[in-house]
Amino acid sequence: MHLDAGAGAPLHPAAREVMTAAQERGFADPRALHGAGRDARLLLDNAREVVAECLGLRREEVFFTSPVDAVQRGMLGLAAARVRVGGHVVHSAVEHAHVRHAALWWAGSHGGETREVPVDLRGAVAEADVISHCAGAGVAVAAVQLANHEVGTVQPVGAFPLPDGVPMFVDASPALGHLDLPAEHWSAAAGHATAWGGPPGVGVMIVRRGARWTNPFPGDPAPTDAGGGLPDVPGALAAAAALRATLAEHDEVAARQRRLVDRIREAAAAVPDTDVVGDPRDRLPHLVTFSCLYVPGEALVRALDRHGFGVASGSACTASTLEPSHVLAAMGALTHGNVRVSLGRQVTEAQVERFCAVLPGVVQDLRAEIGL
Amino acid sequence: MSNPDGRGSGPDLELDCRGRPCPLPIIELGRRHTDVDVGGTVAVVADDVAARVDVPAWCRMRGQVFLGEDAAPDGVPRYWVRRT
Repeated sequence: MHLDAGAGAPLHPAAREVMTAAQERGFADPRALHGAGRDARLLLDNAREVVAECLGLRREEVFFTSPVDAVQRGMLGLAAARVRVGGHVVHSAVEHAHVRHAALWWAGSHGGETREVPVDLRGAVAEADVISHCAGAGVAVAAVQLANHEVGTVQPVGAFPLPDGVPMFVDASPALGHLDLPAEHWSAAAGHATAWGGPPGVGVMIVRRGARWTNPFPGDPAPTDAGGGLPDVPGALAAAAALRATLAEHDEVAARQRRLVDRIREAAAAVPDTDVVGDPRDRLPHLVTFSCLYVPGEALVRALDRHGFGVASGSACTASTLEPSHVLAAMGALTHGNVRVSLGRQVTEAQVERFCAVLPGVVQDLRAEIGL
Repeated sequence: MSNPDGRGSGPDLELDCRGRPCPLPIIELGRRHTDVDVGGTVAVVADDVAARVDVPAWCRMRGQVFLGEDAAPDGVPRYWVRRT
């Protein structure tokens, strides 16, 4: 059973047919003046229209690009429009590595520094801390995610304006399709189609009308699809179809996921010496993280895999860097013995019950191996 | 100079976890902290980066008091815990 939907999920059935059809009709360069180009352009415009409507945006605010580019270009475009103001970048301590790396790169090459806004034990920033980090001279951009990709905690994005005209970038990559974008107090955002059952290679960069934004990379200064390259038209159309289908079933799926995650939280909390992390209520509906004392995360992931459950982990021994998750570290959560479960739209109650039944024994066996 | 326990002397028990990856330093702490009396101090010497987060997290979960961090003479971080 795949319980790692956050890292990748099967294409939503609604997107599969669209993808195949669009590959036959939308293969050409949508900027070309011939018939095949016009076909591709029509499909791309249609995808943009659907995504904009689903997210409550204008179509001229939506751009299709790669998921990483959506984050880097979306965020740094706000900073590039403020090079005269300064080069500091403010971000929460629990941003995705794409945001953190982009912030370091920008600040380092523009005479600035990165300023991390701390989080509490739930993983949330406080409004007052974000504001105080943005106050003063030289802040180019602030980045706060809509919800955390590892622990699910929702951030207070869109609840307040930033001082001194600092623009807010919202990394909504793991959240779109699960949560709505806030109505105001942000200038640009990024989404990743895989979060709503779309193709993994499709990202959405959102630049709000009226936002000051300049392309931070070589090329046209205005925002464009795929950074001015050839957009993935079939991918965009499939992403749009998946988003529409996901939102249509959202109430039912999210309610079920919320209930199942509550069940996993309860079962994990009942395992002795286990730290269930993230906000228990104000969170992504489909994601839960917990850490079991004295157990190596890698052994836990392998043991659960042997029982047929594919889960992720933020423990150091499971990471290519051998560093523990910076999200768990920033929260002060236990970093070893970590398991992250994210539910796809089709995970059932029976499957979750089986996971909850297996978990205590798996942890107990691993602890017994070391004599605890 | 005072130690994280506010005194000048060493911890009541020092656990040498140099070169041991997570969660071994925490397992050692879990096993050995009861070797000192209530109110006594245990220090974990660990170069594993996860210990910096996991020793305080262990204290929070197990109801012990995290006193802070200093360094062993060779520069390896040393994390102090007071047994409750």
